[in-house]
Amino acid sequence: MDVLFSLGQGILVALEPLNLGLAILGVVVGLFVGAMPGLGSVNGVAILLPFTFVIQQMTGSATSPMIFLAAIYYGAMYGGAISSITLGIPGASTAVATTFDGRPMALQGRADRALVTAAVASFVGGTIANILFTAFAPPLAFVALKFGDPEIFALMLLAFATFVGLGGDDIPKTIFSICFGLVLATVGFDIISGEPRLLFFEVQGENLIPGLNAVNWFSRGIQFLVLAIGVYGIGEMIWTINSSRDGVKMSEVNVSFSRIMASIRNFPEAWKGTTIGSLLGFFVGILPAAGATPGSLMSYGVAKMTSRNPQEYGKGAVDGVAAPEAANNSASTGAMLPMMTLGIPGSPTTAVLLAGMVIWGLQPGPALFAEQPDFVWPLIGSFYISNVVALLVNLAFIPLFLWMLRMPFTILAPLIFVLSLVGVYAAYQNIYDVWLMVIIGFAAFFLRMLDYPLAPAVLAIVLGPIAEPKLRQSLLFSDGSFDIFFTRPIAAPITIIALILLFLPLLKLIRDKLRGS
Amino acid sequence: MRRAEIVTAAFLALLSLYFMWEAGEPSVNAWDPALQKRFGNIGWTDEGPGSGFWPFWLSMIMFLCCVWIAANWFRRLSPPSQSDAPFLDSYGKKMLALVGGGVFGFLILIGLIGFYGAMFVFMMYYLLVIGRHRLSVSLAISVALPVVCFFFFDVAMRIFLPKGYLEPLFIPLYDIFL
Repeated sequence: MDVLFSLGQGILVALEPLNLGLAILGVVVGLFVGAMPGLGSVNGVAILLPFTFVIQQMTGSATSPMIFLAAIYYGAMYGGAISSITLGIPGASTAVATTFDGRPMALQGRADRALVTAAVASFVGGTIANILFTAFAPPLAFVALKFGDPEIFALMLLAFATFVGLGGDDIPKTIFSICFGLVLATVGFDIISGEPRLLFFEVQGENLIPGLNAVNWFSRGIQFLVLAIGVYGIGEMIWTINSSRDGVKMSEVNVSFSRIMASIRNFPEAWKGTTIGSLLGFFVGILPAAGATPGSLMSYGVAKMTSRNPQEYGKGAVDGVAAPEAANNSASTGAMLPMMTLGIPGSPTTAVLLAGMVIWGLQPGPALFAEQPDFVWPLIGSFYISNVVALLVNLAFIPLFLWMLRMPFTILAPLIFVLSLVGVYAAYQNIYDVWLMVIIGFAAFFLRMLDYPLAPAVLAIVLGPIAEPKLRQSLLFSDGSFDIFFTRPIAAPITIIALILLFLPLLKLIRDKLRGS
Repeated sequence: MRRAEIVTAAFLALLSLYFMWEAGEPSVNAWDPALQKRFGNIGWTDEGPGSGFWPFWLSMIMFLCCVWIAANWFRRLSPPSQSDAPFLDSYGKKMLALVGGGVFGFLILIGLIGFYGAMFVFMMYYLLVIGRHRLSVSLAISVALPVVCFFFFDVAMRIFLPKGYLEPLFIPLYDIFL
């Protein structure tokens, strides 16, 4: 009862004109920053952090600036889906999985349905996460701490296992794709020993190509967005140009209020993906070092695995949009939990928010809820308000987003090329990454022509930098024994399920062969 | 398509072997003599699994997958291995050359005239040559895009895109807007 009373008080504070105005402004800014390829919530929050000091001086409290930043965070999570669906380029890493089915839906003339599903699923995911956050914040934070290195590696293994079937039925090509992504993620310097790895060739001295400041191309590693935008921005676009000949039509959507309302009414068809995404996303979000990107990718994999029609995934399944979108919003709220209750940021964005809290004179940790209720409850209240505002703003902007799709393809295609190049530069400020992205894009086109699934490689480059240190640290604890993954109470069942899933296609192959003979 | 499938599998198999070789790079400065030898880092070291452990064994799996793909090709199990259609027909080759040439031209121009200048040239090229749009439409879009990008990235987001030799033209804009 105390919790409901405190939440009610918090919502009233969040609804004060200044706070509500900041929430609306934050959502709109976040929506556009999130929709821009290469930029995500972390860019929006980091760039606008200095402005919040002005807000704090005006209001004299840390609540309003935090509401503003949290609204940007929310808005960016909604916005990431927009470019994934309309342009086929993931707006942010958290929206990569949305591209898998969102883009096919747009190509089929169902972009309005995809955008509405993304918006409503995000709202449901965010709301479920808010309720879980409100009710169970402190105990859940301590459950998350029980996840050590072996448990997190087992979870990563489970993510890969659920994705073995992601790219189709060609198992060797799918496994190759996963391992390729994982190897690309190791390029650069080993974070444990500091040794250089897979630097391939070194370009010493003068610039090899005009504009390139290349002392060593690969020492910075291969960044996630370089691969994701290369595959989905450049590779996919060339593939579309080649396969669709001159008659490329992105979509034939007629924007109308009735179509959008019909899409909202049909949303319950995506209940399964939304539920999986909301719960799994929140759980993955609260784990340290995980966050919204692994959460959305894992939710997509689990939704596909548990679907009655897994063959529809990748071809425009509504659940394939709902699951990752519910998950990334749910995970973004989940990631706030260890930040506020333990002072451990689970993602780059929450790290910036944590920095802001410290600068505003707050001490995140277990005592925050007890000592700073005037800050905590209005902030939690603002999560609910921002979620509603983000849904309404997103739905209101859908006609604008769909208008982009009605452009002739010969105008849209060069715009996507330009946004891909600018987006990667804006994300990493390094022209080498732009070159690499284009080269990867052309390689992705050739591999796509030969039915190599590339989504697993994108998943692997996100999870690789988390999985490898967890595996090595686990083996260090166990003195090199893999038993550690089978003897710990949380890690063991996850590992066993992952291995069963991993070998399921092989077992099916053997079974089919035996039946055939 | 069939030939492309086996050539690609062979190329990726060689790439996997190269990754294995690179993963086993000896560490010249390591105090442990075992690490100074090639492939000394792919197993257990004093600091646990070595730096080459993860990439080496993953590359090994990649290589084995390529052997599997080749076996499927030999038995004509995968769709590309069953297809006698050309990998790229004349339209595909022409479009790949036009689009690829344009994109790589864009990249080279960034070093000379910066993002905004290169953006203008690329858009004009694509809209006029590939899209065959009217000059007025092409010009309007090609001018509008760099302007919008400048205000979004340089002015609003404070992310300064390279401007190459056109930098002096932007100095008055910096004075006004930044």
